[in-house]
Amino acid sequence: MKGLVLRLTAEGGPLAGVPYELAAVLAMFLFGSLVVFVFLLPVAGITSWVERRVWARIQSRVGPNRVGPQGFLQWLADGVKNLLKEDIIPTAADRPLFAMAPYLVVVGFVATFAVIPFSQVLVIADLNIGILYITAVTGLVVVGVLMAGWASNNKWSLLGGIRSAAQIVSYEIPAGLSIFPVVLLTGTLSMQGIIQAQGWAPWHWFLFHNPFTFVAFFIFFVAALAEGNRTPFDLPEADSELVAGFCTEYSGMRYLLFFLAEWGNLYVIGAVVTTLFLGGWQVPHVTHNVVLLTVLQFGVFFLKSYFWVFVAMWVRATLPRVRVDQLMTLCWTYLVPIALVNLVGTALWMVLVPEAVGRVAAIALTVAGAGLVVRFLARASFHLRRARLRAADYYYSPII
Amino acid sequence: MRAYLRNIKETVGTIFEGMSVTFSHFVRKPYTVQYPDRMPMRIEDTLPFRYRGILEVDLEICTGCLACERACPIDCIVIDAVKDKQTKQMMLNRFDIDIAKCMYCGLCSEPCPTGSIHHTTRFEGADYSLESMLRRFVKQPVPAYKPKKGPETDPEIVPLLDRGLRYIDEFAKPADAPSAAAKGAKAGASVPAAGGAEGGAS
Repeated sequence: MKGLVLRLTAEGGPLAGVPYELAAVLAMFLFGSLVVFVFLLPVAGITSWVERRVWARIQSRVGPNRVGPQGFLQWLADGVKNLLKEDIIPTAADRPLFAMAPYLVVVGFVATFAVIPFSQVLVIADLNIGILYITAVTGLVVVGVLMAGWASNNKWSLLGGIRSAAQIVSYEIPAGLSIFPVVLLTGTLSMQGIIQAQGWAPWHWFLFHNPFTFVAFFIFFVAALAEGNRTPFDLPEADSELVAGFCTEYSGMRYLLFFLAEWGNLYVIGAVVTTLFLGGWQVPHVTHNVVLLTVLQFGVFFLKSYFWVFVAMWVRATLPRVRVDQLMTLCWTYLVPIALVNLVGTALWMVLVPEAVGRVAAIALTVAGAGLVVRFLARASFHLRRARLRAADYYYSPII
Repeated sequence: MRAYLRNIKETVGTIFEGMSVTFSHFVRKPYTVQYPDRMPMRIEDTLPFRYRGILEVDLEICTGCLACERACPIDCIVIDAVKDKQTKQMMLNRFDIDIAKCMYCGLCSEPCPTGSIHHTTRFEGADYSLESMLRRFVKQPVPAYKPKKGPETDPEIVPLLDRGLRYIDEFAKPADAPSAAAKGAKAGASVPAAGGAEGGAS
C-alpha cells in the first residue's frame, strides 16, 4: 500500500502535489473502511445467520428461512430493525460512558483486522509485532464491557461486566502462553512471518509440529472462546442469572454493536488460530498468476478460519455453561499449567530433537490427527445407528 | 495428581463424545412443522374427528328442536324456527352462531338428535371485525329435517346423517345410552363402527 501511495503522489501522478502524509492517511482510511464495510460487517452479520441455522439443525429445527433465499437476508432484516429501534439510555446511567462503551467493544475487534493476513499480499499492515498487537487490542473489549456494565447503573450489568473482565484477563494468560510455542518456533511475532514458516501440507503446520503445539492449539482455542465470551464461557451474558449481563440496559443499534463484535470476534478467533497453527493462506504452488494466487490464498484462509467459526457454533450447541468457580479452576489449575508445560516442552523439543526425527514426528502426528477425525466420525455414525432412524429421517442437504 | 489427570481425561473424552452426538444431528431431518404455509398436508386433516373447532350446522338434517340453543350457556346460538301454517312444516328462518362468543364447550352438540350442529377441525377464526365472526347459516327460510317413516332416506343427506350420527357416537353420547348408530341403522344410514364410542358425554 505504501508503494501505491508513493506512486500516486509522485511527480506526474494523479495526486501530485498532495503531501505524502495526508495521502497515506487518506489511503489508510479508505482501505480500512473498505475492509470494514465490504468484508467485516457482512461476515459478522452472515455469521449470525449461519449460527442460527447451525444450531437449528443440531436441535432438529429449521431456523430462520423466510427472509430471502433460505433466510439468507435475515441478518440485514435484523440490522434494519435494530437501526429503527429507539435508542434508550436509562436516566440513572452515566451517559457518556454508556454511549461510548459499544464503540470501544467494536473498535477492539475491528482493530484486529489491521494485521490479519488474508493472503500473501492482502494485509492492511504486516506489523512486526502482529500477534502481540492482536492480544493487546482485544484487551479494549474488556474496557468496553466493563464500561457498559458500570455505566448502566444496574446490578445485572455490573455483575456481568465484572465477570467478563475477570474472565478475559484470566484467559489472556493461557492464550498468550499458547502463542509462545509458535513464536519460539518461528522467532517472529509478525503474522506473515508465522505463516511463511509453515507450509500448505498439514504436516508442515504448527498444529502437527510436535505434541506440545498440538495441545497448545486446543488450549488456545478454548482460551479464545472464553475471551470472546462464547458458550461454554458466556458467563457475562448468562441469561438465567444476569438477564443479559452487561448489555441488559442496551437497546437498538448499541445492543446490536455488542453482538456484531461477538460474531466478528468469532471470525477473528478463527483467523488467528489459522494463522498460528493451521498454515494460514499457504497453498501449493499451482500458478504464477498473482491475482489467481491471491484469490486461492484468500479462499483457503477464509475456509480454514470459517471452519473454526463453525466449530465454535457447534461447541455452543453442545456444551452447557460452566459455573464461575469452574471457569476460574479450568483456567488457573488446568489451562495455565498445561500451557506452561507446552512452552517448556516446545523449547526442549527444539533443542533436543534432531530435524529428521521432527519430520517423522510431524507426519506421525498428522496421521494421528486423521485417526482422531476418523474415530470421531465413527462415534457419530454409532450414535446415528443407535437412534434407529428410518430412511426418511435422514436429511443430508443444508437447504431446507 | 491422579484425580487431576483423570479430570483431564474425562473432560476431553466427554467433550469428544458430546460433539459426536451433536454432529450426528446434522444429517437428521428437522421435526419442525412449518405452519401455516409450508405444510405437507392441511392442518385440518391432521386433527382428530373429536376436535372442538369452529361450530358448523348441517341445515339439511337440522330438526329445529332448539336443543342446542337451550343448552348454550352463553347464548351464542340464536334460532328462529316457526311452524308453517299451510304446509304443517317447521321452517328455519334464522340460525346464527356468534363464534366470537362461543367458548367451544361442546354442550350444544351433545343434545343434538341428528348431529347437525357439530364442531369442525377448523380453528383459524381470526378476522377484522366482530360482525364477520357471526355465522348466519340460514340464507333464506328452509324446512327443518324430519325423519321419514320407512327405510328410505333422501340419498343426498345420507352422508350428512352418517357423519352426524358418528359424531354423536364419538363425542356426545351419554355414558349409558345405546349407540346412536344403532338407532340410525333404522333410518337406513350405514354408520361405520365408531372407535371412540365409549368416550361418553362430559
